[in-house]
Amino acid sequence: MQFFGGSEISPSPPTPTTAGNNAHMMYVFNRNGVCLLYREWNRPLHTLNPQQDHKLMFGLLFSLKSLTAKMDPTSAEKGNLGVPQLPGQGCSFHCFRTNTYKLSFMETPSGIKFILVTNPRTGDLRETLKYIYNLYVEYVAKNPLYTPGTPIRCELFNTALDQYVRSIA
Amino acid sequence: MPPAAPRSGDAIFASVERVNAELFTLTYGAIVRQLLTDLEEVEEVNKQLDQMGYNIGIRLIDEFLAKSNVSRCVDFKETAEVIAKVGFKMFLGVTASVTNWDADGTCCSIVLDDNPLVDFVELPDTCQGLYYCNILSGVIRGALEMVSMKTEVTWIRDMLRGDDAYELQVKLLNQVPEEYPYKDDE
Repeated sequence: MQFFGGSEISPSPPTPTTAGNNAHMMYVFNRNGVCLLYREWNRPLHTLNPQQDHKLMFGLLFSLKSLTAKMDPTSAEKGNLGVPQLPGQGCSFHCFRTNTYKLSFMETPSGIKFILVTNPRTGDLRETLKYIYNLYVEYVAKNPLYTPGTPIRCELFNTALDQYVRSIA
Repeated sequence: MPPAAPRSGDAIFASVERVNAELFTLTYGAIVRQLLTDLEEVEEVNKQLDQMGYNIGIRLIDEFLAKSNVSRCVDFKETAEVIAKVGFKMFLGVTASVTNWDADGTCCSIVLDDNPLVDFVELPDTCQGLYYCNILSGVIRGALEMVSMKTEVTWIRDMLRGDDAYELQVKLLNQVPEEYPYKDDE
């Protein structure tokens, strides 16, 4: 159900269909662009096939990171746009928000990128993403049956993640 | 909300789940013993220990980053300090110190105060070429490779061979920056 408020210019975001589940979807990438995990909880509109969607997301973040680092007014060094940066070096953006969703991003120095797309009213999700990184370490990095660099196929990780995401305000 | 400050090695060591030190030492000893029986050549065992350490290192780095909250180190000097003070403390419960910096700042020595892997160990005459703790050099190499640093790690001093301390030399070969992995025409 959607209600168009009288004084609002943009339409209000759709209310979540699953009770209490505030996140739309989640991606985890490694430094080589391999999508390690894609979870979807609430995504009414699919525009691209999964391969293109992952590539688009990774490319978007790669460029955004590069752009935000180069535009940093407080940084002393002046690299050229397009020169590859070491992960974690320089400033890094952590979220962007539109009128219908908020995308939160975290990159670890080891190149693992966590992306969480939620409704626009959620607060700062950096601590949430850090907690998800800890979940990743416990269930994936320490899992002897998991080969690093391949997509994650671990039921326990998926369950723990779903449970945690359900509790995000 | 400002990001959380990095935690000290002691704090993390106190909070993680630990195993009995003797169990750890004896398990490692059993692994080396079995490798010597299977491979027979001391050089092969050294290489295998290094490879095992590498496989551990590439996973260990994520646990280290998640638990210790350190952000990207500015230069190799800071990296070495973090490995010695936070890393070794967090995983082995020992402190290490960094010495012998060369002029470029790309090569240093990490000296271990004590080494839990070598308790009760004596090398027999048939294994004199063995680097018993070679797994540690693999771990450091693997972990640093996942943060874009290609390094070479070798043992300088080894108490099992008669020296007075355990000293690892860590040499930074180059830093590999991130590149866009997809080809443009796809």
